[in-house]
Formats: sequence, C-alpha cells, structure tokens
Amino acid sequence: MFVTSAFAQTAPEATETLVAPGVAPAGEVHTETGVAHDAAAGGVFPPFDASTYPSQLLWLVITFGLFYLLMQKLLVPRVGGILEQRHDRIAQDLDEASRLQSEADAAVATYEKELAEARAKAGAIGETAREAAKTKAAADRTAIEVELAQKLSAAEARIGEIKTQAFAQVGTIAEETAGAIVDQLIGAKATADDIKAAVAAASPKGA
Amino acid sequence: MANDPTHQFQIQKIIPIEIGGMDFSFTNASLFMVATVASAAGFLYFATSQRGLIPGRAQSVAEMSYEFIAGMLREGAGNAGMKFFPMVFTLFMFILTANLLGMFPYFFTVTSQIIVTFALSVFVVGTVVVYGFYKHGIHFLSVFAPSGVPKVLLPLVSSIEIISFLSRPISLSVRLFANMLAGHITLKVFSGFVASMGALGALGVGGAILPLLMTVAMTGLEFLVAFLQAYVFAVLTCMYLNDAVHGGH
Repeated sequence: MFVTSAFAQTAPEATETLVAPGVAPAGEVHTETGVAHDAAAGGVFPPFDASTYPSQLLWLVITFGLFYLLMQKLLVPRVGGILEQRHDRIAQDLDEASRLQSEADAAVATYEKELAEARAKAGAIGETAREAAKTKAAADRTAIEVELAQKLSAAEARIGEIKTQAFAQVGTIAEETAGAIVDQLIGAKATADDIKAAVAAASPKGA
Repeated sequence: MANDPTHQFQIQKIIPIEIGGMDFSFTNASLFMVATVASAAGFLYFATSQRGLIPGRAQSVAEMSYEFIAGMLREGAGNAGMKFFPMVFTLFMFILTANLLGMFPYFFTVTSQIIVTFALSVFVVGTVVVYGFYKHGIHFLSVFAPSGVPKVLLPLVSSIEIISFLSRPISLSVRLFANMLAGHITLKVFSGFVASMGALGALGVGGAILPLLMTVAMTGLEFLVAFLQAYVFAVLTCMYLNDAVHGGH
C-alpha cells in the first residue's frame, strides 16, 4: 500500500525531472525525501537505470583493477609466502626429525654392538683370569708340597741324626752311671775297661 | 520513504564528474566499491602483518580464504590453472566483501547492481576466451564439439554448447545480482511490515512479531547467501577457466 501510494506521489514529479535531466547537486539529493530520489531515477527500477552505468563501470574498473594489482603484487605473494614458509618449515622439521631418528637408531645399534663386544671381552677376561688363577693355584700348591716334602725329609734326617747321636751317647752315659753306682756301692773304683765291657754286655745288640 | 524497498539501490552522486557528456560521478556505489576494496585488501594486509609461523585468528582467516580458493582452483582447473589464482581470489574477495558490507543497514550493496555483476562475468568469460585462443589457437573451438558425439548429432550438440557458452556471462551475472537484490528487497519488505504494523497500535505490535521473526531469520539466511554467491561465482569461474586451460573436453 505504501509502495503504491509513494509511486502515485512521485509520478508527476518524475515527469518534471525527466524534462530537465542531468547532474543534480549532491546537497539537494540528500536533503530531499525519498520521493525525490525516485524522481531522480525517472521511475526506473534503480539497477536498470542505464544512466548510472558509465559511472559504475568506470569506478568498478578503477577499484577492481586496483584490488587486482594489489592482490597480484602484494597480497597473494604475501599470504602465499607465509604458507610456503610454514610448509617448508614443517618439511624441514620432518626431515630433521627423521634424521635424528636415524641417528638415534644408529646410536642404539652402535651401543648394542659395543655392549655385545664388551660382554664378550669381559667373558674372555674372566676366563683368562680364572685360568691364570687356576694355574697359579696349582703351581703354588706344587711348590708348597715340594717345600713341605723337603722340610719333612729334613726333619726326618735330623730326627735320625739325633737318634743316632743319642744312641751313641747312651753307652757313655751308662758307663759313667755304672762307674758312679759301683763307686757308691763298693767304694772301689772299677776300671774303665771293665765298666765298658759290662755295659756292652748288658746293652742290647746294635744299640 | 522508509518503506520503499528499491530505495536502497538508488545511485546517489557524491562528487559529480562529467567527462565528454558522460556521467562518471563518484556515487555511493563508487564509495562502496572503494570501501569494499579497502576493507578486503586492508584485512588481507593487516591480518598477515605478523607473518606468524603459528597464525593468529585474523591470519588464520586470511590463510583459510587463500587456501580455500587455491584448492577450488586446483580442483577445478588443475595446476595449470593456478596462474589465474590472483584473478579468482580477487573476484572472490571482492564479491564476498561487497556482499557482506551490503548486510550493514544503510550500506549500499555493490553487487546488487546488474551492471557490476555483468562486468565481472564479462571479465571472467573474456579472460576464458582470450586465454583459450591464445593457448590453443583455433583448437579452442573444440570446446563446442565434445568428443565422442556422433557426426549426425554434432550440429545440434554444438549449437547447444555455443548457446550455453554465450549464456554464461548472463547466468553468472544474473545469479549474483538477483540473489543480492531479492534478498535485500525481501529483508526491506519484511522489516517494513514490522514498522507499519507497529504503528497500528497494540494489536499491530503483537502482529508485528511474525515479520520481525522473519526478518531475523532472513538476515541469517542473507549472510549465508552473501558467502554462497561469492563461492558459486568463484567455483563457476574455476570451471570456465578449466575450458581455457585445457581446451576441449
């Protein structure tokens, strides 16, 4: 309803302005009511008002052209550069990560190899040490046994010597003792030869 | 005045300029073209000023729009089509920003003017034709003769192809223009109902709730349309460029 009434009002004015078309001062357009705006368009539906086309085309070419240039020279390389930089960075980081991973793998392999080597070495050293200890122990035992045997035989020889000596001295002691006993008993000195013969007769043979 | 739904499309001169009898005035349409370019370029410029390896919010949006169009173009026209990336990205950002700016009350919608959308479509189709002939020479005409069509049917199929090719600038421009125009008129009409019914007293205020709800819902829908039309324009541009880059199908 409003629409139709508005158009009804504008109809006469529209004819007026159509008679004198052209550039209406900007101030006038703004101060007037919407009725006047309709009038300015000559009652034509605004988007189909061909009188506005040259201005719109010109300004579209200017603004869109400027935007296109800005895009091509500045904005697209700028955003694209950021994206590319990030892409490169990620790829670089991935490379670095895989490099570190392979390094870590290599390190683990080296470690395990060295560990195995060290184990083998330790085993060998242990074996050698055990062998050496065994040999040494055997040698020591042999040496001690030899020494002991020597000491034993020496002791035996000494015992034999002492025994012989002792037996050798038994006769003398017996003679002295017998001489002293005779002297005490009969108060007369028996001759040494007598005593000696008597002791020898009383003593067991071979003593 | 407030209820005239076409008033918002009115071109008003701000600085009158006349060259050779032609009216090249700086109008509200021109002003909003400048505003569109300034906000789109300004956004892309300042959003990426940090050049962060880890993007902030604004930089994410800028990168997302870049990759969105880059993916669309690569999918539509292949890697050889990537040389048109600045063009498609410019078109998309220009239309999207113009559409979104138009959603502000009292703002002029640049893309609601058929001459603007038509000029943009002619730019697209013109690029396709010029590059197509430059790249493929006369063989570019094979886009009108699909391979594998029987010779008997060829004249028919070719004429259909030619008509469809010629209607591209029209369909491309009218789609965007009509969507923006119709959406804005509908919004205006429904909000006009709210105002005029509200003036009728208590009953009218109660009755105005329905158109008010409608206006709110339409506003949401219009934001979707604003994005969708920019997207559709960009997708179709990519498809048309595919013809230019790869010749016949």
